[in-house]
Amino acid sequence: MKLVGKAHRFGDDINTDLIISGKYKFKTLDMEELSKHLLEDLDPDFFKKIKKGDFIVAGKNFGCGSSREQAPLVIKYAHISAVLASSFARIFYRNAINVGLPLVECDTSKIDEGDNLVVDLEGGKVIDQTKQEEIDITPLPSFMIEILSAGGLVGYIKENRGWRI
Amino acid sequence: MGQTIVEKILSGHSGRKVHAGDIALCDIDFAFAQDGTAPLVIKAFYEMGGDDVFDSNKIAFVIDHSSPSPNEGVSALHKMMRDFAHEKGIQLFDIGSGVCHQVIPESGRIRPGDLIIGADSHTCTYGALNAMATGVGSTELAAVLYTGKLWFRVPSSCKIILEGNLPKATSAKDVILFLIGKIGADGANYQSIEFTGSLLRNLDMAGRFTIANMVVEAGAKCGFFFCDEITREWLTRYVDGEICSVTPDPDANYERVIEYDLSSLMPQVALPHEVDKVLPVGDVAGLKIDQAFIGTCTNGRLEDLRIAASILKGKKIDKKIRLIVAPASKRVLLSAIEEGILQDLIEAGGCLVTPGCGCCVGTHNGVPADGERVLSTANRNFKGRMGNKNSEIYLASPATVAWSALKGKISDPREFFE
Repeated sequence: MKLVGKAHRFGDDINTDLIISGKYKFKTLDMEELSKHLLEDLDPDFFKKIKKGDFIVAGKNFGCGSSREQAPLVIKYAHISAVLASSFARIFYRNAINVGLPLVECDTSKIDEGDNLVVDLEGGKVIDQTKQEEIDITPLPSFMIEILSAGGLVGYIKENRGWRI
Repeated sequence: MGQTIVEKILSGHSGRKVHAGDIALCDIDFAFAQDGTAPLVIKAFYEMGGDDVFDSNKIAFVIDHSSPSPNEGVSALHKMMRDFAHEKGIQLFDIGSGVCHQVIPESGRIRPGDLIIGADSHTCTYGALNAMATGVGSTELAAVLYTGKLWFRVPSSCKIILEGNLPKATSAKDVILFLIGKIGADGANYQSIEFTGSLLRNLDMAGRFTIANMVVEAGAKCGFFFCDEITREWLTRYVDGEICSVTPDPDANYERVIEYDLSSLMPQVALPHEVDKVLPVGDVAGLKIDQAFIGTCTNGRLEDLRIAASILKGKKIDKKIRLIVAPASKRVLLSAIEEGILQDLIEAGGCLVTPGCGCCVGTHNGVPADGERVLSTANRNFKGRMGNKNSEIYLASPATVAWSALKGKISDPREFFE
């Protein structure tokens, strides 16, 4: 599967409160509605700038903070196809895979705002078409790829009627 | 090869000897969710084919984040939790019970060596009781409710040795803020921390809970204290039967060992908007504040309210500021009433809110205005955390917050103790 889109650039330590504020997420399970507030404290117009398939590109420790699964869910519902970061916080990492949002751990230091990217998950590389550069991806553990291919943990558990480890 | 504490607990719960890097499918001793996460748990539970929960005695829900409900959206989600809890026969700690991380240990559900999963990132708090406890998202919690099991990648371990005696006016909060400032917000990402050293011998359980609570702010999966006489004395109040303990093997493998002598530690403050942006209080003293907050799963315990009351008793907070007090649990509230602590705090100008998360998570109970500065005993100061991105949150100990509330500006609590 190859994902194609533009890079939306963010910095280090993007936390879950920034991704989706607590003032919204306690009220509703409507993720379409919540997704309009994605990262709004950093960029009030961010949701409007997203074109289907685009990427969030960040530095280290993306998704630090709370265990709110609304964080990866709103990213997915905002039609972001994957998040690229040099590292991810632990709970966010699991949550994203569990809701079927692909994460790409790679050196993001040379990717700029607006770069055209192709993410090749199977091939294990990101192609920055703007810079004409290839970046290697740290591969996901095979067990997590199974969850991702089932569309997330709900699909995985349903398919296997439990765990298959 | 010897094992660390986390390797031993995950081995015991997966039925085979595991080491850092291994994948283990483990039996869960206790699982819970709160009102920010439980509604998605319930939705995912049914979507994955769930009907009966694996063991209703090993599950609880806690309504603490927006409690009592501030609007109809939250009310609908609370109702969803109450209905599910009633139907499945699981324990519900409803409004007024307190913060999950105080209520659950007080309910006697946590024992050393247990494996606890919570749909809340500060679940790591129970490491203070020598248990492996970590936060997960809602879908994983749903999978646990359904199957009783969860997979783990066994984390590597980091040993933090703390020596010396804490100086007057400093407390566990200053210790953990100092440590996070040193190692950074991802300094222990994915790791298990083991705390040891002479400083801990005299640290009470409240202080241990405070430190364990914040290991996630350095990215850690879990953090452990050893089970000693202080742990046993605390546990005998809440649990029956024999209490075991888990210790690492002498030849256990640590990815990193860090040692500090904290005999001259100064009170610490975390600056907006990152928990690892930490300075000694002297460097920010004099900054005017608009709101002071004492409470949360980090510092809403009786010991925290007691130290605040000892500073505020018979005095009045600065006229220009508000002081919000949220006891961590109903039990803490009742004890604070009995000891007269609450009277001291309220007479000094404190505003009491329901036991629970208070204004920490930005839903109600004290959302700051644009341009306002809050000094809080909580664990997070992220931009917008308290419900307004145009406000600033500084984090400190209960002593620093109480003393600063009197002065109306960030102040060094050592002035009080001199």
